[in-house]
Amino acid sequence: MKHFFLASILASAIALPAAAADYSIMAPAAPGGGWDQTARTMQTALQTEKISSKVQVMNVPGAGGTIGIAQFASQQKGNPNQLMVGGYVMVGAILTNKSPVTLKDVTPIARLTGEYEVIVVPAASEIKTVADLVAKLKANPGSVSWGGGSAGGTDHILVGLLAKAGGVDPTKINYIAFSGGGEALAAILGGQVTAGVSSYGEFEGQIKAGTLRVLAISSDKKVEGISAPTLKESGYDVVLQNWRMVAAAPGLSAEQKAAVTADVEKLAKSKTWQDNLKTKGWIDTYLSGPEFEAQLAKDIASTETILKDIGLVK
Amino acid sequence: MSTFDFLLQGLASAMMPMNLLYALIGVTLGTLVGVLPGIGPATTVALLLPVTYQLDATGSLIMFAGIYYGGMYGGSTTSILLNTPGESASIVTALEGNKMARAGRGGPALATAAIGSFVAGLIATLALAFVAPLVVKIALSFGPRENFALMVLAFITVSSAFGNSALRGLTSLFIGLALSLVGIDQLTGQNRLSFGVPDLLDGIEVTTMAVAMFAIGETLFIAAQGAQAPDKIEAIKGSVWMTANDWSRSWKAWLRGTVIGFPIGAMPAGGAEIGTFLSYATEKKLTKHPEEFGNGAIEGVAGPEAANNASAAGTLVPLLTLGLPTSATAAIMLAGFQQYGLQPGPLLFATNPQLVWGLIASLLIANLMLLILNLPLVGLWVKLLTIPKPWLYAGILVFATLGTIGANPSVFELGMLLVFGLVAYVMRVMDFPIAPVIVGLILGPLAEQHLRRALAISQGDITTLFQSPIAAVLLALAAIALILPLILRLRGRGNVLTQMAASED
Repeated sequence: MKHFFLASILASAIALPAAAADYSIMAPAAPGGGWDQTARTMQTALQTEKISSKVQVMNVPGAGGTIGIAQFASQQKGNPNQLMVGGYVMVGAILTNKSPVTLKDVTPIARLTGEYEVIVVPAASEIKTVADLVAKLKANPGSVSWGGGSAGGTDHILVGLLAKAGGVDPTKINYIAFSGGGEALAAILGGQVTAGVSSYGEFEGQIKAGTLRVLAISSDKKVEGISAPTLKESGYDVVLQNWRMVAAAPGLSAEQKAAVTADVEKLAKSKTWQDNLKTKGWIDTYLSGPEFEAQLAKDIASTETILKDIGLVK
Repeated sequence: MSTFDFLLQGLASAMMPMNLLYALIGVTLGTLVGVLPGIGPATTVALLLPVTYQLDATGSLIMFAGIYYGGMYGGSTTSILLNTPGESASIVTALEGNKMARAGRGGPALATAAIGSFVAGLIATLALAFVAPLVVKIALSFGPRENFALMVLAFITVSSAFGNSALRGLTSLFIGLALSLVGIDQLTGQNRLSFGVPDLLDGIEVTTMAVAMFAIGETLFIAAQGAQAPDKIEAIKGSVWMTANDWSRSWKAWLRGTVIGFPIGAMPAGGAEIGTFLSYATEKKLTKHPEEFGNGAIEGVAGPEAANNASAAGTLVPLLTLGLPTSATAAIMLAGFQQYGLQPGPLLFATNPQLVWGLIASLLIANLMLLILNLPLVGLWVKLLTIPKPWLYAGILVFATLGTIGANPSVFELGMLLVFGLVAYVMRVMDFPIAPVIVGLILGPLAEQHLRRALAISQGDITTLFQSPIAAVLLALAAIALILPLILRLRGRGNVLTQMAASED
């Protein structure tokens, strides 16, 4: 009895956000995914580096982050202690879900990390290069099944961009959406789909073990330690990075925004953060201020175009 | 070093007094947070993961394993005592377990859950250690069409296992299926039945639904009966321990649950709760006491609980060998592993044998610790039911609400909790079974997605569903499960009628 109540009080104290937190970070996704990991890594780094004495992480899962951003924009207005993690996937989800709340309704602070996408086939596949794959796609777009993460996400967008660059109608691609790169991996390894698309980290172990062959990586230049050519080198002008960012609440004063930006910069430059990037295989893509805002606007515009091309956004 | 040496070495380091203490702390914390209704092991582990960061790699792995098992067991405890499953995998446990608890047999129900979890965890962890590479090979041969065939089999066996009226059971199942359509369609990213409500975009949360259907519906039902309600709750009747009869009915169910749960957990398509459904259906088919099902049959707790734990160990197969997290809990474990410098994947067993075997040894120790901690506490837990009814149900209402808000802080979620609570109340009054709604909600989207993926891959050719040997066998089994009872009933009708007539006097 006593234990039960004690437990409940203890647990509810942990479960509900405490009011005294220096920063509270919202991960607009369920525990375990990329945004949640980013938020929790930020929590560790902010506390270890003593940038903030107490940091809370709160999960508001759903719909590619559009549920979280809607809640964040409406409930945290003017609160300088609130942060939210977001990223490229959120840009796509806002467009596909026709979310009334967009990144314009929060205060984007900085881009933090990024991961490149790779295109893979099982080691036993007869397809050796991206050119082979695109040739097959041209002959019969439906016969190439692509396994990747959720519809309209980064993986899907990359396939659309590649099809377009290869002269194939992007609405004809046979993209099989799985709930994540992991579940897609099983389908790729099992030979259920022709090719797979996801961030490099999801496939890294399999690539190193030789069970998957990388056809190409979506980076601008060749990446150290990855033998595959870039899509550009393979003759398709496609560069794509799945980046993650941090935003603050809407309605902040210029001083408040500057203070948050300074804290995030300290975080991004800190040893704890840098060490964590290495263990997690994330690329440091720190960018803030007007440069970040310009890049963000560019990314949103190009995403809208490709989603329209694929036929996901009317 | 051979596999066995690594395991022994891992066990030896896990047995050090300090590490045993960490295991105890982990199990205790996990159980304490896990008992909150609506908070399942995934949330428990996410909340408590930072606690383990302060320790060295071995210590933190051990505490982590303890939290994981503790969280799972805590969830079962509230399912049994308060009818508030914290995650989809303990829904079936609530079904028979709560009936047992209300008949004064909460002690044996908790005990069979604890011992069953231990037995299943032990066998499944050992299986993980020795046959993981083989299992993962089989699991990978399950593509969309094979998974779809498995879902069809699950639908048919499970829907016949709930309730006494097929029509009422199917009605409930279809309510669940209809609700499962709400939200963004995963394959095309388009909205379905969300009526412009952003909170509905992600569909209806299974745990919110489960807590609403079981805890809120039940509370309303009891409250509506007022003072006239027969005081059905008997806190303790007979021994709080399992009797010889309980043991003999439980052990086979534990083993069957383990055999069903482990391979299903190892499937890379997710849905660990399917093992618990199948185990429940199996126990109901095989039992010598069919009349007790629905009224608190101990097999109905023992089997699914074992299946739940075995499938939890099963999810570690794709996680450790492929780096594939197939459940929310597994995804958090992956984050935890990275913290300790483990990079799950095909090379893990080769590059980091000490840590892997350390983890497996930790799981074994945590499993044992859980049993040691919880068996003596069973007597204490069941006293919970001696609280006067108004207080008890008020408490259930408070904790169910707290758990839901804690997991998903949104007003809309709370509204759904109450609305579906009311729906469950009406269903109870009209005598419709509750569980098939949840089954439909879980299995519906899985079946739909696998079917559509299979058809997309084959470019619309329906015969693809029967072309794989595994899928064909599973579908054939499903057909037998559907047709055989009908034939038996037709042929046996004469006999049964004569018997009934004979026993009339």
